[in-house]
Amino acid sequence: MFSVFLSAIFVNNLLLRQFLGVCPGTMLCGGVRKAIASGGVIFCIMMCNSTASWLFDRYVLLPLNAEHLQILFSVLILLTTTWSVEVLAAKLLPSVYAGEHFRLSYGTHCAVLGVALLNLRKGYGFAEMLVHSSGAAIGFSLALLLLAGIMERLRFAPGSERLKGMPQALVAAAVLSAVFHFVVL
Amino acid sequence: MRAQHGEDLSPSFHPVRWIFRENPVFRLLLGLCPALGATSTAMNGFAMGAATAFVLLCTNATFSLVKRLVPRTVGIAVFLVIAAAYVSIADMTLKTFAPSIHRALGIFIPLIVVNCLILVGGGAPASACSGGGAPGAFSPSFADAFGMGLGFLLSLVLIGAVRQIGSAYLPVFGMPPGAFLTLGLLLAAAGRSRNGKNEPSGKR
Repeated sequence: MFSVFLSAIFVNNLLLRQFLGVCPGTMLCGGVRKAIASGGVIFCIMMCNSTASWLFDRYVLLPLNAEHLQILFSVLILLTTTWSVEVLAAKLLPSVYAGEHFRLSYGTHCAVLGVALLNLRKGYGFAEMLVHSSGAAIGFSLALLLLAGIMERLRFAPGSERLKGMPQALVAAAVLSAVFHFVVL
Repeated sequence: MRAQHGEDLSPSFHPVRWIFRENPVFRLLLGLCPALGATSTAMNGFAMGAATAFVLLCTNATFSLVKRLVPRTVGIAVFLVIAAAYVSIADMTLKTFAPSIHRALGIFIPLIVVNCLILVGGGAPASACSGGGAPGAFSPSFADAFGMGLGFLLSLVLIGAVRQIGSAYLPVFGMPPGAFLTLGLLLAAAGRSRNGKNEPSGKR
């Protein structure tokens, strides 16, 4: 169980090792403060969505023998959970989250749906599913935070105009990804 | 974005535009997840690009048929359900006829649904497109979708080819860091992208 948790954070880190949620909206999320706020929201969304998809898959789709509808229903559940959590977050944390919710959501839909589908494909039980999703969410937020910190410093670094922005973020992610790889070895 | 700035509103069909000047991956920064994750070889890149182009074209055609009938508030949901149906078709087809490629692409096939490229090229309602790296409201024709799909396919083959050739000399190119590095350097080589420059893409 603990190994599932650790591997979800480091070995199979969503952003850096599985390339989920790589979009300019998440990679250049603009500052450490915002990265922490969005990390928290992403954690809530991932947990709600994974739980909902798992329950739906186990208690509705499997008994009906309708696994070919998995993709379709995962998407619908994703929309429902994401929007409800984001509306809540916009209400509870207006200062950090105002006007952000649609922008944040699109880059992360990919990662949120990815976690839910990975849970189903690996055939996890309920407890494993919870542990795996929380590990994945923590790993994603950690990678986002590290990347935001690096990008904040790089903004003032000298360098070619061509590398600014996304190319720089991707090269930084390459280095982080290599670090994660060697840390676990 | 173009529609907002009032330039280039002509409906003329120019697929070459989507391959070079507005390449979805290198210029618009759309669909970067599969561009990184599904391109360990040129063949994988081709399969991923072809599946995405198929979903893009079919979704674009179907959604433009039902667009008038759908209330605005549920537009995105209807759009995604249509896309999910075509993705299921692509998923089952690949699983039956090319199981090895299906295994190599893994989770990225169902994730075609939430690819920003599908939303923009398929003509999803505007509010869905404001995230990620997508350029605001614009309603693409079938020709646009064709060009985007082709541009995406060619970019994935290019990235896959670079990684495959690179990994013959340096194994790191086949691994995740190599994917980020390859895409980063290719993006830099392609020049200025349309968004995601110095500031977060939301401030455009």
